[in-house]
Amino acid sequence: MMSQRLTMFEKIWSRHVVAEGPGGQALLYVDRHLLHEGSTHALARLERKGRAVRRPDACLATADHYVPTATGAGEIANPEIRAMVADLGRHTRRLGITFFGRGEPRQGIVHVIGPEQGATQPGITLMCGDSHTATHGAFGALACGIGSTEVEHVLATQCLWQRRPKVMRITVTGTRPFGVMAKDVILAIIARIGAGGGVGHAIEYAGPVVRAMSMDERMTVCNMSIEAGARAGMVAPDETTFAYLEGRPLAPRGEMWPRALAFWRTLPSDPDAAFDREVALDATELAPTVTWGTSPQDALPITGHVPDPSAVGDPARRASMERALAYMGLTPGAPLAGTAVSRVFIGSCTNSRLEDLRAAAAVARGRRAAVPAWVVPGSAQIKRAAESEGLDRVFTDAGFEWREPGCSMCVGMNGDTAAAGERVASTSNRNFEGRQGQGARTHLMSPAMAAAAAVTGRLTDVRTLGR
Amino acid sequence: MEPFARLTAPAVPMDLPNIDTDRVIPARFLRKPREAGFGPLLFHDVRFDAAGAPRPEFVLNHPAYRGARILVTAENFGCGSSREMAVWALVDYGIRVVIGPSFGDIFFENCFKNGALAVVLSADIAAGLRRALAERPGATMTVDLESQIITGPAGEAIRFEIDAFRKHGLLTGQDEIEMTLARLPAIEAFEARRRVEMPWLG
Repeated sequence: MMSQRLTMFEKIWSRHVVAEGPGGQALLYVDRHLLHEGSTHALARLERKGRAVRRPDACLATADHYVPTATGAGEIANPEIRAMVADLGRHTRRLGITFFGRGEPRQGIVHVIGPEQGATQPGITLMCGDSHTATHGAFGALACGIGSTEVEHVLATQCLWQRRPKVMRITVTGTRPFGVMAKDVILAIIARIGAGGGVGHAIEYAGPVVRAMSMDERMTVCNMSIEAGARAGMVAPDETTFAYLEGRPLAPRGEMWPRALAFWRTLPSDPDAAFDREVALDATELAPTVTWGTSPQDALPITGHVPDPSAVGDPARRASMERALAYMGLTPGAPLAGTAVSRVFIGSCTNSRLEDLRAAAAVARGRRAAVPAWVVPGSAQIKRAAESEGLDRVFTDAGFEWREPGCSMCVGMNGDTAAAGERVASTSNRNFEGRQGQGARTHLMSPAMAAAAAVTGRLTDVRTLGR
Repeated sequence: MEPFARLTAPAVPMDLPNIDTDRVIPARFLRKPREAGFGPLLFHDVRFDAAGAPRPEFVLNHPAYRGARILVTAENFGCGSSREMAVWALVDYGIRVVIGPSFGDIFFENCFKNGALAVVLSADIAAGLRRALAERPGATMTVDLESQIITGPAGEAIRFEIDAFRKHGLLTGQDEIEMTLARLPAIEAFEARRRVEMPWLG
């Protein structure tokens, strides 16, 4: 028997190397390529140069970043935004690429619909011109966000020149206490290793807490790998993964299913595989978490206080904190809980899946939103599933707004933005300056915590609202 | 792609760590076509106030740094969104070299796809350069890709590493797609093998 001692990353990487290039670069084959409106820049360049798409059958496209999410929005008023959505439709028709357009039953956020349709599978390489592509690593795929020129390269060649990243394993031990969701776990991880802690690495998330997570939860964790700077985030496939995939439209079927399954079972890292870096985190010590600053690493338990820059020795760090607190309008030493919010956003590729909506609805049920609160499902399919459970009624009865699927206020490209000075309790992934609108102040948190903020009008420890 | 070989120009320091690409170029500008020109949009919301007037406190608006074509940053510059327009905005503004202790991986890659050189130096050396540039606003630096030598504002020579692939790409301005398509037989052989080993992928 061979003693290989390979990480899951190495197994997938080595299987996809088409050719070695100079300087340690490898030409990597891309099994699946996901496209959205932002990909139209690359599609237009290809068209202009008269280049063909090598494997239209390996592409899947959806409209998400620029589609309106207001119910019954009608035609898009802004001509530039309208053109982004229309251009993706035109290019995909021209090229024979499957496209889920606005209003279609399988449309949704690109990182939600890939898994939902079964396009995302263990052991594959998956690329998309969006930094949250790491989401798909939850299935044991090597999934990376790429730039627009790289999108063009993948379309034309089905390959990508890549430098092999290092591999970091993050092991989450213990058990998650009541009120601690997958979002709290990943926010705590980012706070621990820093917004640049994963630069140059692919992260494998492991340990009993990750193993016990559902696919929706694993996607939330992998999704924010980029917020730690990582090239990719991955979870080894297991029975949870296989059960999720079986029967999905684009998953292997018939006699292919057992063959794929046999391959997928070989993917997990060998027990004695060596990682370039190891990090351990005890989930038992975690609490519901919120961000206070303008980097995802600025996260603290909701029981904590706004940190005091004057207590920080490093002058660069101190200046950075002072700037963040000025932007956020927060006072050093003030308790985080009780901070008044202006609005709530529940959605994004991080937290818009059915389990996220259930968790938010459990808090909203029988209560009343104190501030405007939006719920934006990740896909049309999730929207229908939620409605069949009555979640839409729970939200609307509580005064929340139940909207159409899309990226919406996570990035605001479609015009769904918060006003300057507004404080947003958000389940999205970035609290950068201006991310949710010029001058808008973002606090990242879990769906349950966002719903708690909605019904109290303040940052609130969801555990105080009872089980 | 416009090749890059050597540049002598004023350099501008940015001390904040974790400057994300949303700050380099806000999302509402990403729907503009490449031809629109992204230079005026660079760092838009921190560079201009609501009325469109330059904010005097922003470093690029300091008269001494006008004409800067080299940017020296702190840790994790270009983190966050994959938007290549962050590099388009830098290049269109005139900045062809970005130097720092670390970069967002996607931003780093995007630089080389657009004729811009991203250089990783140790945190100490990068901090020293930023300090020197703050003390002598408008000081010039030279970046020579062939020899992999940066000449700092005080005339000091600093060697930097770059992999052969990226160096060749920048020096020649090569079309990477053409280079890859030259390896078509290897791609076809891979696809034939995958059809046997992983037939469910098509």
